[in-house]
Amino acid sequence: MNIKIKGSRRERSEFLWGWLFLLPTMAGLIILNIIPIIQTVYQSFFKTGAFGRGNVFVGLQNYEKLFTDSLVWQALMNTFKYALVEVPFSIVIALLLAVLMDGKIRGKSAWRTIYFLPMVAAPAAVAMVWRWLYNSEFGLFNHLLNSLGLSSVNWISNPSTAYISVAVVGIWSIIGYNMVLFIAGLKEIPRDYYEASQIDGAGGVKQFFYITLPLISPTMFFVAVTRIIGAMQVFDSIYMMMDKSNPALVKTQSLVYLFYRYSFVEGNKGYGSSIVLLLLVVILLITVIQMVCQKKWVNYS
Amino acid sequence: MDKSRKIRESLIYVILFTGSVTMLVPFIWMILTAFKSTSESTQMNPFIIFPGVWRKDAFISVLSKMNFLRLYWNTLVLILGRVVCAVLTATMAGYAFGRLHFKGRNLAFSLVLFQMMVPTQIFIIPQYLMVSRLGALNTWFGLLFPGLVTAFGTFLLRQAYMGLPASLEEAARLDGCNIGQTFLHVMAPLTKSSMVALGIFTALFAFKDLMWPLVVNTEQNTMPLSAALAKLQGQFVANYPELMAASLLACIPMVVIYLLFQKQFIDGIATSGGKL
Repeated sequence: MNIKIKGSRRERSEFLWGWLFLLPTMAGLIILNIIPIIQTVYQSFFKTGAFGRGNVFVGLQNYEKLFTDSLVWQALMNTFKYALVEVPFSIVIALLLAVLMDGKIRGKSAWRTIYFLPMVAAPAAVAMVWRWLYNSEFGLFNHLLNSLGLSSVNWISNPSTAYISVAVVGIWSIIGYNMVLFIAGLKEIPRDYYEASQIDGAGGVKQFFYITLPLISPTMFFVAVTRIIGAMQVFDSIYMMMDKSNPALVKTQSLVYLFYRYSFVEGNKGYGSSIVLLLLVVILLITVIQMVCQKKWVNYS
Repeated sequence: MDKSRKIRESLIYVILFTGSVTMLVPFIWMILTAFKSTSESTQMNPFIIFPGVWRKDAFISVLSKMNFLRLYWNTLVLILGRVVCAVLTATMAGYAFGRLHFKGRNLAFSLVLFQMMVPTQIFIIPQYLMVSRLGALNTWFGLLFPGLVTAFGTFLLRQAYMGLPASLEEAARLDGCNIGQTFLHVMAPLTKSSMVALGIFTALFAFKDLMWPLVVNTEQNTMPLSAALAKLQGQFVANYPELMAASLLACIPMVVIYLLFQKQFIDGIATSGGKL
């Protein structure tokens, strides 16, 4: 009897303290995230004039426009193409670096510091310096090509390849981040696995494919999921590197860039909302597909 | 055997060194360009790699156009404000999710997970309209607004609390602590490393945030560095020494902090990034 009362008092106090502790976060999430997502859906049925003037209900008109807007589908393709370059390369290079640094290496922390450095630079500054390196007339890259006897390249103004140049900036920026996650993942692999396989006569390459790769696969899955989501939201580098007059813009601009332009430059928040909802659907689809596919290659043991 | 091992080892160093140089080229080029004159930066025959004289002209000119003290201050307010809010709210919520059992907890936690799955751009238009209606455009409150609470941080701290042994709580309870005292004096101090990790993570991404500052703080004296750089580029497309000088000034403080606290930075990213 006594115990029961004590228990329910404890329950009540856990309930009160629990909700007290949750109060700021829950209020914040509701105001900052839950209400806005409802408003975004709501807004997508309206047409907004420039500078927020007039909010006219247009039903599904934004979605009809969305499905026939070639700019939107092109932007979706651009975003996919960007992700298809950025994600695999940033993962493979970062994993290679992490494996190289996993052994007995001199200056381990110095190497790590250098590779991580782009992560702490402002993306606007990063994009500006790359734009300058890519400059077709005065850029360092074309100078190097010319001095090797090769002709100049229009790095960011050639419509069919500009997205690759932008993705290179993305790879350069994120390698250190992925590498740090892989280094942490590699530390979890028990050393005896390697010693045992060495006795069995397995070399470095064999060890990598039979021990490292299967055991690092959960980290790889995690990095892949977060990187794909990140790459699908690429904005900063395109916004900073691609001028409105750039002939490659249409073939390079991402979905988020288009969302920004429609919503905040042209002031059509209704159409902007429908674009960002398309992004949400695409990201959720990709994430679901990855969750299903992970069973095939991720090794949790 | 020994020889092939030596070859392999030196190959590793060659790869790491070449990679490092590639990583550093943009930074080196930023520095070299910032100290050149405009004509030096666009001279082709001969192409100039090192500035003839290390000029401060670009810096002087950029400092006269942009109030960098103000920009540093705005950026600091943005970073510190978001870090304090994130660590404070996430520590409390993380404890409730990780250690307490009460009605509605799972439903509340599903909101946290939901927020983490949704791309943040979804929230931007309504958040902007809220800030605008509050008359808070071009204020520090507007700048902080989306970072007042953090679903990701809550998740991170919850994981940290779940990893602590239950015996600590029991002992505190037997000593007569209520839940608030147990949290404050016993449990919260044990999650310090996760708090630091969340703080670093939040600081880094507040510093790197571009779209939100571009949208809410459009006035020169209220914008942080990232938005100011974007605006600068719009105005002086061709003057690369000036753009590079401004970029350098924008990057230096964070790079210095990073170099001083590299261990905390990298450990913080490894723990927070890895738990996302």
